[in-house]
Amino acid sequence: MRYAMAVDTLKCVGCNDCVVACQTENNVPIGYCRDWIVEKTTGSYPELQLEIRSERCNHCANAPCVRTCPTEASHYAEGGIVLVEESECIGCKACITSCPYDARFIHPEGYVDKCTFCIHRVEKGQDPACVAVCPTHCMIFGDLDDPNSDISRAMATRKWKSLIPEAGTDPKVFYLI
Amino acid sequence: MSISMNRRDFIKIAGVGAGSLAFATPLFDFSTGEILAPDTIPGMYAKRTPTYCEICFWKCAGWVHTNQEGKIWKVTGHEDDPHSNGRLCPRGTGGVGMYNDEDRLKTPLMRTEVNGVQTFREASWDEAFTYIADELKKVAEKHGPECTALFTHGSGGHYFGDLLKAFGSNNITAPSYAQCRGPREVGFFATFGEGVGSPERVDIRDTRCLVLIGSHFGENMHNGPVQEIAQATGKGATIITVDPRFSTVASKSKFWLPIKPATDMALLLAWMHVIINENLYDQAYVEKYTYGFEDLKAHVAQMTPEWAYGLTTIKPEIIRATAREMANASPRVIIHPGRHVTWYGDDTQRLRAVAMLNALLGSWGRRGGFYNPEQVSFKMYPHPPFPKPKRTWKDAYPGKFKLASLALASGICDATVPTTGRDCSFKAWIVNGTNLIHTLPNQANTLKAIQALDLLVVVDTMPMEITGYADVILPECTYLERYDDIRVSAHREPTLALRMPAAEPKYNTKPAWWIAKGLAEKMGLGHFFPWENIEEKLDWELKQVGSSLAEMKRLGVKKMKRSVDDLYPMENLEDFEFNTNTGKIELYSTSMEDEGYDPLPKYKAHEEPPAGFYRLIYGRAPMHTFSRTANNPNLTDLMDENSVWVNPKVAKEWGLKNDQYLWLENQDGVVSKTPIKVRVTERIRFDSVYMVHGFGHTDKKLTRAYGRGASDADLITRVHIDPEMGGTGMRGNFVTFRFEAGEEVSS
Repeated sequence: MRYAMAVDTLKCVGCNDCVVACQTENNVPIGYCRDWIVEKTTGSYPELQLEIRSERCNHCANAPCVRTCPTEASHYAEGGIVLVEESECIGCKACITSCPYDARFIHPEGYVDKCTFCIHRVEKGQDPACVAVCPTHCMIFGDLDDPNSDISRAMATRKWKSLIPEAGTDPKVFYLI
Repeated sequence: MSISMNRRDFIKIAGVGAGSLAFATPLFDFSTGEILAPDTIPGMYAKRTPTYCEICFWKCAGWVHTNQEGKIWKVTGHEDDPHSNGRLCPRGTGGVGMYNDEDRLKTPLMRTEVNGVQTFREASWDEAFTYIADELKKVAEKHGPECTALFTHGSGGHYFGDLLKAFGSNNITAPSYAQCRGPREVGFFATFGEGVGSPERVDIRDTRCLVLIGSHFGENMHNGPVQEIAQATGKGATIITVDPRFSTVASKSKFWLPIKPATDMALLLAWMHVIINENLYDQAYVEKYTYGFEDLKAHVAQMTPEWAYGLTTIKPEIIRATAREMANASPRVIIHPGRHVTWYGDDTQRLRAVAMLNALLGSWGRRGGFYNPEQVSFKMYPHPPFPKPKRTWKDAYPGKFKLASLALASGICDATVPTTGRDCSFKAWIVNGTNLIHTLPNQANTLKAIQALDLLVVVDTMPMEITGYADVILPECTYLERYDDIRVSAHREPTLALRMPAAEPKYNTKPAWWIAKGLAEKMGLGHFFPWENIEEKLDWELKQVGSSLAEMKRLGVKKMKRSVDDLYPMENLEDFEFNTNTGKIELYSTSMEDEGYDPLPKYKAHEEPPAGFYRLIYGRAPMHTFSRTANNPNLTDLMDENSVWVNPKVAKEWGLKNDQYLWLENQDGVVSKTPIKVRVTERIRFDSVYMVHGFGHTDKKLTRAYGRGASDADLITRVHIDPEMGGTGMRGNFVTFRFEAGEEVSS
């Protein structure tokens, strides 16, 4: 089992629904977010391109945050989902410094917080909240080990990229381009 | 998919005592009779109650999830709802912020004077009702009940509308007509004998080519079309976007036409020229259904792409290529009518041209074009007949706006400013859920009208600029805390949707139905609201259409069958009688001609920005609705101010840097009340600037929105009135940059 997510940049309109759905689903305090939107314009008027992406923790298979965590609070859960065990986190921020994607933050209660791929929903066979809410259906979540999963099929048929591949983190969030 | 729980998560779940039982057995709440479904937070049982969203007017149906303590946790879309298809937009998802906003209006307030200074004091509902009833009685005795008006933009408006009608006035208006989609309805009605309606009857799902003129779906987050655009493009549909700004949807388009603003009519006429001259139109459809084709052909004969190029700056070969792109997709093509179309004052005529282009391509009444919507025929709870008013707002405008089918918010506002030639100026306003200071153009005029009133009652959930001018403020509870009318809007299939309270109203706030009924009783008009409570009313109405309140509480949305199988009534050139003078689609409009308006749309040159000024274009952001969401904690967290988009060439000329704050000053010397941040971007033409509407609040009670960004409404002082229906064209304002505040900075 290797959980992964693909975000279709051709469909994403950057509406932030994924952000607010995550915030309400996971009771993320106002002022913090576990996912966010990046918009990148290239070219000059009138020859322009715009790429819009919904970004989050990449749930890397070779995660620097897990390696640097002194208390093993950052760990791999089933399917490669990277989680933080709040009770074991001492808030030292080593993981925050080591993450090339800036995906982690200190929760006001003192521990490090980030995207969980909504593991509490995934356990029940539901999609993560961001995937379930997206009006354009631009996100696909599933198991890369299952060749018939929607995500495996999308990765096989579409052109894609991952972010900062040179960091060698083996990210599990992909962008269809 | 399943996942075996690891040690850590198992502890989390077991720690709150739910365990595996939660997944197997729904619980039954004996107090309410509702099934309690175990929901998604581990160990937390949640109840869900049906609602439909009030954050915008798409009114998506959804579920409000409450946790064990009865606290509202989240709102999600209703899977059976054709408006949302189970997915709300960011505003709907963040709707819970409207409920949680601690800046909400909390109790009735009445204007009073302390030591010569006007202020609000808290009042009881009874006290507020008594005052309003007395003041309205005085207005009626002195001027007649017709001198009262209701401005409304929200679900509660129906109850206040009934109150007003019972009182003897039918001056009930929503800014969504003359400030928004009115010209579209009139232009399409003149052509097809039917309007576009809301939700728009556009069959984007099955289209092959979608043409957007100034519509920026994705930023304008109307849920249905945004979903269907993603669906259609996924199936290979192409998009042609005409916009001076490289909008989000422009970036998804095969063609982006960065048109010179205010020249859209030239492009539309040139497209018709190409489609007719190259024989690209749907000949069988045009022959069977339309009236006046030869007139149109002659009318556009000289309107070549080369002619339009000089006006629009769109190259002739692009005009031809896009016309052919549409024709290739015909009849599964949509030249989208848009929604906020009050731009230049000739908007009804422009929307006529849009309608005519659709007719030439045979898309009206066809799959992938425009479908025929159906709604449940719904009977309201009976009440005694309303008295017949002796005057209406139209009497203030003899011989004008002859095609207006609804009351004009701006017209009533203008007719409130006393003039000698009129026997009745409006004396009392009830304003429900619309911040007229930001909604109507020409703020100085709106304030002049307000000063002339004997009574201004504002019913709202939030303190807004308009509440600051009220004599009495009545705090409405949010949509998550109240019942409203059953939603019966038209769609591909008719549906019913229920909104019911998911929680008790916070503070001393009340639902619109309760406020209107209470006021009616105080005014001696209680017999027009003959039901005991809202549940009795809704249950009676639902039973007339084969449902019940109990059933709707369980279902939330009830899908009904179409009464006639005519979703695409012209799909195979079936016989059809259009609701026009000729019974045909009128390319040449006889109704326009009869009223003395142009039967065929003409290109008119509009004023251009003076040197050093830029056309002010405004629009939407996906996480906000007008100014009403500007203080919502969840939504301001996503976007808490607007910026002014400036082309890099312009920025260089003025020495502007990204993120620098400045003020905007318009052609009449009016300066924005608040400064705005600069966004230097290639995504806008050099002759225009762009900003998102709804920011720049000056009411300090809005702690998150106060002073954030600037208001385009401050700068829209010049209005071009649509002669056919009174729409207020607002895109004829020009701004320049200013590096210090204006003289009148609001405190």
